[in-house]
Amino acid sequence: MLDDLDRRILRYWQAEPSLSPGELAERCNITSGKAARRIARLQDQGIVQGSGVVIDWAALGYALEVSLRVTLDKTQANAFDIFMAAARQVPEVIELQTFLGRVDLRLSIIARDMGHYQQIYRSRILTLPHIAEIEALMHVARIKTQEGLPL
Amino acid sequence: MIELDEIDRALLRALARDATQSASALGRRFGLSQPATWRRIRRLEEGGAISGRRLRLNAEALGFGVTVFLGIKLATRGRVSLEDFERAVSAIPEVQTVEHVLGLFDYRLRVVARDLPDFERVLRRRIMTLPGAGEVEANVLLSEERLPGPL
Repeated sequence: MLDDLDRRILRYWQAEPSLSPGELAERCNITSGKAARRIARLQDQGIVQGSGVVIDWAALGYALEVSLRVTLDKTQANAFDIFMAAARQVPEVIELQTFLGRVDLRLSIIARDMGHYQQIYRSRILTLPHIAEIEALMHVARIKTQEGLPL
Repeated sequence: MIELDEIDRALLRALARDATQSASALGRRFGLSQPATWRRIRRLEEGGAISGRRLRLNAEALGFGVTVFLGIKLATRGRVSLEDFERAVSAIPEVQTVEHVLGLFDYRLRVVARDLPDFERVLRRRIMTLPGAGEVEANVLLSEERLPGPL
């Protein structure tokens, strides 16, 4: 299991994912050898699964982000699988989540402007299979985006 | 807005998957020299296409078995300042993301917890007591996919 040092490493690392093992060692006041061993162990155990850059879609001209909350027609067998396979084919869908609750799925879609959104919505989203209901939430601002775990 | 060519798009896709790849390894893959690759990555960072990095942690292995999305409607619009609400909600460690949205709800939160009783504690003690929090809808996350997007 994890001890306090592992948690300390993870806290610094998730706050600044571009830190090198040497820099992490320095923050945690341990030798770089010890940090390297701990980091390797966290990766081997699958606790740290990797890191990726975050793309700022607005900087690439995608000014709009819309959350579509979807309820499916569950009388249809495999409605989830069929819907999800089709949704993955829409390039503007950047997130796909399934839920237990009032809504079944959520799609995050990005668009260049309202006209572009309207076009995606009509031609690619409303044509997805087995939709019973859709609600849209338009993103206005991101207030907190760290996505860190409270370790 | 930053313009991308085919190689920039391929670099972004590769870095979103794994940000730890070196410029020389990426260069070899896309037929560029190491300095040319490095210059492209710098340009993507400086142009704002890359806004940062995200460490992918296995939340479940770290003891966070439950992720819940909450839609929150403010009860007394006009009387509670949005800033006060946003400051208070952002300070809750279990709240990973806060988005201001338009539509059925005013805010969308991503909340992580150890298990359902722990989530209930966060909901009752921290979320429901927020200044201005009104109607709350909870959906428990079952699965999540991040897709590459229109690159």
